[in-house]
Amino acid sequence: MEGLPILSLMMLVPLAGALACLFSGANAARWIALGATLVTFALGVVLWSNYEIGGPQWQFTERAELFAGFSYALGIDGIALLLIMLSVFLMPVCILASWEAIEKRVGEYMAAFLFMEVLMIGTFAAQDLFLFYVFFEAGLIPMYLIIGVWGGDNRIYASYKFFLYTLFGSVLMLIAMFWMVAQADTSDIPTLMQYPFPAEAQTWLWLAFFASFAVKVPMWPLHTWLPDAHVQAPTAGSVILAGVLLKLGGYGFIRFSLPMFPEASAQFAWLVFALSMIAVVYTSLVALVQADMKKLIAYSSVAHMAIVTVGLFAFNVQGLEGAMIVMLSHGLVSGALFLCVGVIYDRLHTREIARYGGLAINMPYYALFFLLFTMASIGLPGTSGFVGEFLSLAGIYQTSSLVALICTTGIILGAAYMLYLYRRVAFGGQVNEDAAAMRDISAREWIMMAPIAAAVLWMGVYPESFLAPMREDIAVLEARLSAAAPASDAQLAPGTPRAEAANALPHHDNAAGEGAH
Amino acid sequence: MNSILIIVFGPLLAALVAGLGNRMIGNVAAKSVTTGALFLSAGLSWPIFLGFLGGSETATVLPVLKWVESGTLSFDWSLRVDTLTAIMLVVINSVSALVHLYSWGYMEEDPDQPRFFAYLSLFTFAMLMLVTADNLVQMFFGWEGVGLASYLLIGFWFRKPSAGAAAIKAFVVNRVGDLGFMLGIFGTYLVFQTTSIPAILDMAPAMSGATITFVGMRLYTMDILCILLFIGAMGKSAQLGLHTWLPDAMEGPTPVSALIHAATMVTAGVFMLCRLSPMFETAPTALTIVTIVGAATCFFAATIGTTQWDIKRVIAYSTCSQLGYMFFAAGVGAYGAAMFHLFTHAFFKALLFLGAGSVIHAMHHEQDMRYYGGLRKKIPVTFWAMMAGTLAITGVGILGAFGFAGFYSKDAILEAAFARHNGAGQFAFWAGAVAALLTSFYSWRLMFLTFWGKPRWAQSEHIQHAVHDGHHDSDHDNAPRQEDAGHDAHHDVPSPEDHEGTAGYHPHESPVSMLLPLAILSLGAIFSGFVFHTQFIDGEAFWNGAIFYNEDLIHAMHGVPLWVKLTATVVMLIGLAGAYVAYIAKPDIPAKFVATFGALHNFVYRKWYFDELYDAIFVKPAFALGRAFWKLGDIGTIDRFGPNGIAWVVDRSATAAKSIQSGYVYTYALIMLLGLVAAVTYVLL
Repeated sequence: MEGLPILSLMMLVPLAGALACLFSGANAARWIALGATLVTFALGVVLWSNYEIGGPQWQFTERAELFAGFSYALGIDGIALLLIMLSVFLMPVCILASWEAIEKRVGEYMAAFLFMEVLMIGTFAAQDLFLFYVFFEAGLIPMYLIIGVWGGDNRIYASYKFFLYTLFGSVLMLIAMFWMVAQADTSDIPTLMQYPFPAEAQTWLWLAFFASFAVKVPMWPLHTWLPDAHVQAPTAGSVILAGVLLKLGGYGFIRFSLPMFPEASAQFAWLVFALSMIAVVYTSLVALVQADMKKLIAYSSVAHMAIVTVGLFAFNVQGLEGAMIVMLSHGLVSGALFLCVGVIYDRLHTREIARYGGLAINMPYYALFFLLFTMASIGLPGTSGFVGEFLSLAGIYQTSSLVALICTTGIILGAAYMLYLYRRVAFGGQVNEDAAAMRDISAREWIMMAPIAAAVLWMGVYPESFLAPMREDIAVLEARLSAAAPASDAQLAPGTPRAEAANALPHHDNAAGEGAH
Repeated sequence: MNSILIIVFGPLLAALVAGLGNRMIGNVAAKSVTTGALFLSAGLSWPIFLGFLGGSETATVLPVLKWVESGTLSFDWSLRVDTLTAIMLVVINSVSALVHLYSWGYMEEDPDQPRFFAYLSLFTFAMLMLVTADNLVQMFFGWEGVGLASYLLIGFWFRKPSAGAAAIKAFVVNRVGDLGFMLGIFGTYLVFQTTSIPAILDMAPAMSGATITFVGMRLYTMDILCILLFIGAMGKSAQLGLHTWLPDAMEGPTPVSALIHAATMVTAGVFMLCRLSPMFETAPTALTIVTIVGAATCFFAATIGTTQWDIKRVIAYSTCSQLGYMFFAAGVGAYGAAMFHLFTHAFFKALLFLGAGSVIHAMHHEQDMRYYGGLRKKIPVTFWAMMAGTLAITGVGILGAFGFAGFYSKDAILEAAFARHNGAGQFAFWAGAVAALLTSFYSWRLMFLTFWGKPRWAQSEHIQHAVHDGHHDSDHDNAPRQEDAGHDAHHDVPSPEDHEGTAGYHPHESPVSMLLPLAILSLGAIFSGFVFHTQFIDGEAFWNGAIFYNEDLIHAMHGVPLWVKLTATVVMLIGLAGAYVAYIAKPDIPAKFVATFGALHNFVYRKWYFDELYDAIFVKPAFALGRAFWKLGDIGTIDRFGPNGIAWVVDRSATAAKSIQSGYVYTYALIMLLGLVAAVTYVLL
């Protein structure tokens, strides 16, 4: 493996595929896209299996100086590795999900997806601040296109909203980046991650980055673009939006805000907590009353991502690792849920929950997959959702029991809205004739869903495969954060142990009968 | 001891085979695989239990697989077997195997049998993971796993809207408890830096004086941890406040009620308390709460049981009430007695449920006892099985000679509560005594209404269907059915003078596959108390450290005054006499009582209005808030002043820039990107 620029290769393959798609007919484009994403995924597997756990922090590094200190520098740590794996894993699924659903401008559509893959891998692998910025922002352009061209009836409004929110954050972040590069005299991300920015500068730098990342996550109250974008996006667009693009915000926090501005992160932790607590309760309740399946899942995403943000700002290992696992899990699970919506949308062309019902009768295997992903979404132990949520909340509990209490109500509300959705779609009688006539999932749909289901269970039963690669990186980050970490609000005081068990009976002469109290 | 691997994972494999194979492998294969796996598990469990009973087995932990390691928080999959686990193994596997067998007959006509058996086996697997857990997180895995299986089985007849609603209710109410459980685990980890149960139990006594801040309150560390964990137990075991899901869970097929909602899953909370008993013994306030909640539940549920007409609901409230006994037994420190009652209750309550199922089967799915009557001669085997169950639950027996199962376990609990000699214990003793009276009353009421008197079947819709159709419609179970949903609206209560009671219907005794489990469970209901009471109550060596064994309390229990020992028997006789008078000797009394005390009866009959209350303070506001946040928050405020507001401003001021406005977002995006690249270049050059 020495010397092989595998990261560049992983970007080159989809790039070549994208160009080929632009000049191909519809069917050829489908096969090219599938082939390119599968090859990229295979390269991803090579990448993962060659990643040396416990080795150097940055592996597979590549560097080429461009102009003015701006360099093409790539390299990954365990955190980036996992997010790249998530992206390349979901991509072939997206291509399959679009196989029949997209009929117009197929070549351009496939090219947009492949471009997006290039840019997402670039975002996670970039080691130069500006390179990151270019990938980070440019990665949204294919998404604008996918929503704006292949979206639903109200696609222009949705893509406009998406664009406006994003623009707002980006400008501030870019200004902050200029300042940082001028101050530290480097745009090398690993160096910046150890650079001691002065505390007062950290404050505004943190806020500038926060503006961008909070929109991407999205955090309440910057979340309203997400339901619209999801509703208008084609199925595969929703999968990538939920699966990968939402992770850019969390990745931004863990790569930039926390290591570069630890003091400011501690200072603003209360803000993150407050917004996250509101998000968990507020968006869960909003999800409960949605009549549109995609909106419901979109709102649930906001609630889940709030668990990510509290975990990240818990300043301890469990919180950080939990947040990462929630990101991976949510990428798989909400992606899969959007696929589930897509499967029935393709048949009936409506997302209205009330138009379905009793699907467990005519689509038993569909109902089974849907149930599995529903359970993973509400964090049933044994699925990926639980591991992430549990670690994240265990992390935050050590910082603040109040935040943990409020955020843990998400497990109740999440169960309520997801099971209410499941009941209306899969249970009950067959009230609509056309819904009752729908056939069960096809072989293509099996191939889309079964790997995700397997990954969800794998991450739930043996998450060590996913925890191990990032353990060292999280430890480094935690060490960097430890100086700034807020004190636990638990204030455990040992006290003098009681002499006897609570139900010890008074001995002989003592007639009071209240010995233990 | 690798038989534990087969015991635990056999049912999982069987569930996968039956569930995924489903129609491909067919009914008989699916049923054989699951039932076979369960009989194997049960067969392997008894030697382990008898080994602990004889003292030849010792506690073991078998590691299976690493699970999570995150900093100092790490926990693995492993299987712990000790006395406490061994008891649960025989209870779970025996009842589950019998319920599997019983379901061959009961579900004979259901079109969806593989799915049903897969769920049953899946449930058993989750329950086994729960009781073999060596750390709190695996216990939580089992805890939620049984919740999933319960959800699926309650909603098994998913075409019925009421089944879907009951399934969600069960899951969500349990999640309220799970919130407590999860916070309890987090807190335990915070304090002890581990989730390993033996390690926690070792360290707990040293923490008994410690204080901690929880949500701004300064509390005793062990008290708050135990209270949080107990909230989890309250949810799973349907204790007062979080009990509302259990009666609704009767929407599931009756074998499910017997296995999950009587014998095993609902006792998980009691199991948890016993497993963590050394920890709870460091938390006096938490134990007081446990005692009071348990005692209150025991009384409360028994009152409701006396007024219900649906045979399954009577038994469901009875279960809730009996669980209350187990909890207050644990609360006063009599963990052995709590486990003993769990053990005996599993047999006689499963028996009562399966017996009720047999009655329902005979009566063509009629569940309303007002349309029963005179069944003693028609279905004699079922009758005698139910009789054994009733004698066991009401605690019939003669001190020092012989008694049915409940006689030993319930007496032990009442004596322990009395002997504990504190306020909560006294409250529990009297609540338990009154509940015992009510238990006897509603149990005999059920027997008298069902098996004695004249047939009152004629006005039952189900019986009318059966008579008119002359055959069983093959998919009646999964058709949208009316029962449970609205008895009161659909039936007229027959008057006692109705002489045409049978409507020509002939109840049929159930097939052997159903009667055999009844017979075996009857043996349990008759003998399990007599055979095992010395070991469970006095067997410090038998427990061998698996629970907190309070020797002083056991001595005090045996030394309570004679009237205390006789209380249970006396109130049992009073309840029996009351039921006899009201339902056999003078059957017009209940109607008169209802006429006189209408408000009181309504209050109890409507289950103390808990459902209405929760609907008004939780369910409706949740939906209203959701709509308000959405319409007024997201749309009315954030969007209006956010993106839409900006759009409006831009629209007004952008006429000048019209030339470059193509209306397509990607044009903007490309311009933005180009601008950025230009800016970067400019600054850096």
